Amino acid sequence: MTRIDAKFVELKAAGKKAFVAYIMAGDPDLETSFQVMQGLPRAGVDIIELGMPFTDPMADGPTIQLAGQRALDSGQTLQKTLDMVAEFREADNTTPIVLMGYYNPIYNRGVDRFLADARAAGIDGLIVVDLPPEEDSELCIPAQKAGLNFIRLATPTTDDKRLPKVLQNTSGFVYYVSITGITGAAAAQAGDVAPEVARIKAQTDLPVIVGFGITTPEAAETIAAVADGCVVGSAIVKLIGEGKPVAEVLDRVAALAGGAHRA
Amino acid sequence: MAEDLINSFKTGPDENGRFGIFGGRFVSETLMPLILELEAQYEHAKTDASFWAQMDDLWKHYVGRPSPLYYAERLTEHLGGAKIYLKRDELNHTGAHKINNVLGQILLAMRMGKTRIIAETGAGQHGVATATVCARFGLKCVVYMGATDVERQAPNVFRMRLLGAEVVPVTSGRGTLKDAMNDALRDWVTNVRDTFYCIGTVAGPHPYPAMVRDFQSIIGKETREQIMEREGRLPDTIIAAIGGGSNAMGLFYPFLDDTSVRIIGVEAGGKGVNEKMEHCASLTGGRPGVLHGNRTYLLQDDDGQILEGHSISAGLDYPGIGPEHAWLHDMGRAEYVSITDTEALEAFQLCCALEGIIPALEPSHALAHVIKIAPVLPKDHLLVMNMCGRGDKDIFTVARHLGFDMKA
Repeated sequence: MTRIDAKFVELKAAGKKAFVAYIMAGDPDLETSFQVMQGLPRAGVDIIELGMPFTDPMADGPTIQLAGQRALDSGQTLQKTLDMVAEFREADNTTPIVLMGYYNPIYNRGVDRFLADARAAGIDGLIVVDLPPEEDSELCIPAQKAGLNFIRLATPTTDDKRLPKVLQNTSGFVYYVSITGITGAAAAQAGDVAPEVARIKAQTDLPVIVGFGITTPEAAETIAAVADGCVVGSAIVKLIGEGKPVAEVLDRVAALAGGAHRA
Repeated sequence: MAEDLINSFKTGPDENGRFGIFGGRFVSETLMPLILELEAQYEHAKTDASFWAQMDDLWKHYVGRPSPLYYAERLTEHLGGAKIYLKRDELNHTGAHKINNVLGQILLAMRMGKTRIIAETGAGQHGVATATVCARFGLKCVVYMGATDVERQAPNVFRMRLLGAEVVPVTSGRGTLKDAMNDALRDWVTNVRDTFYCIGTVAGPHPYPAMVRDFQSIIGKETREQIMEREGRLPDTIIAAIGGGSNAMGLFYPFLDDTSVRIIGVEAGGKGVNEKMEHCASLTGGRPGVLHGNRTYLLQDDDGQILEGHSISAGLDYPGIGPEHAWLHDMGRAEYVSITDTEALEAFQLCCALEGIIPALEPSHALAHVIKIAPVLPKDHLLVMNMCGRGDKDIFTVARHLGFDMKA
């Protein structure tokens, strides 16, 4: 059982929805992003999604693109991201951490070496946008063997015929992408999302968490209400990009978490 | 020798879209169903005689195929060695090989009921070809082009707009060809239902590398027939320039199993491959990685971040290369060399002076390598180079490098 599995057991017992927050490691610099990360659990974040910067983030909108550029410009590397998690774990051994990003930096490091280092650092799961089930042998299967959850994205274009393939090697939770599009773009609509979540839940016992296009506490509440929880990324990253003080960023995170937890 | 181990170099890709370890389908889940549908549609069209009949008709009457195989007599005499032939794909409608592939993809898009076409472009040649064919068939066309290229290639931007296309300057990332491709992918992921992504080279997720190669293979098929007719035998060496590698793959593919034919791909060496990454020679100076849907050789730093290349030719300015080239390189079936900006510029001028042909800067790289090797080859050595584009678009760049004031 990973920290992710344990967290969902705990949430279920409490009758609560999950609030997942995304930040980019190293944005705008290592120290600031670490301060934000450390404050997330107290702000009500159940699971931390930590972005690994990449020069060519094909699934991301301008907000996350710029965050990645700020991080890279400040010298962020995969090693620094892993070190950041290891340091976080010194004070917090329960909050699940999911690394999210693109495959090339992982492939470049070497899959086996990456998995060993990620596990040692205290990472619980991976979301790698450009690895569909067709490429499971690359990282998904080795990651499961190494004891990490591999969290798959399901999307509005994933039809019923394809859904079993998407769910097959997924663990931890299913990340439902609420829109066809990139991060931080159109607003997610609870009316569209509810039947899709039900469709996925009919085929899996895993929790279904909804992300993309959730920017306000109200939206977090309405979307979380029709799923097992929700993810907010761009709305938080935008504040960091505007140079808002850490305390102000965390206040906003607390408001968003409050929305999801009211659901 | 690797050739002993396999029966044919023409069987790839496998069912997973792989050429050895290269290729694949590294895309987000939103795009995956589309790519599978495209693959199914292409597999169907490939064996459909009516599809190819339509292609042949358009190639002949709209593009102007077959393009001539021209004996470059004065260049041959000047270099004093191998007998040099130029495959004149620069004479195609729109001035380059790009339209060979665009026609195939647009016909496929219409079969799939798509009404909106998107494309990425660097120098603008693929963008112009796509805008042209979209105008011909009355389809909406959106072209993503790096903001820096929009400025550098103003005539092509205006051409695309005249042809009714919307040109979107890309400012994300560093505003170059790879960023244009990222933004095209972002558009596609957003508009999956009505949009077809027309990729300009033999890269991207499967089935693009194989599909684009198949459409461009008309270059090699014609070359084969034409050289047999002219010389009664196969060429000894074939040479083409490589950015993503579509004109090269098109020339090479029909010759892959003719082991007597030496195959040479020429990458853009920019300011020199030994210098600090001021080049676009992915095979000579890069290593395997995953970008834009496929695994291939990439220019990248120690942390797996993609690097910007440099080349005088905007059409070669891409940090990757088609996965089939990566495989042919590793198998040793094709050789890959690099040519610097300066060498390409010299070849450009020599071609103008000796043959009365203003070449694009892309094939000028291939020509520069011809200039290097032809003199030491015997006179009965048949060498074919793909003249994949004409240089009208490049005269401003060349003038600047030669210190010629266009306004004077």
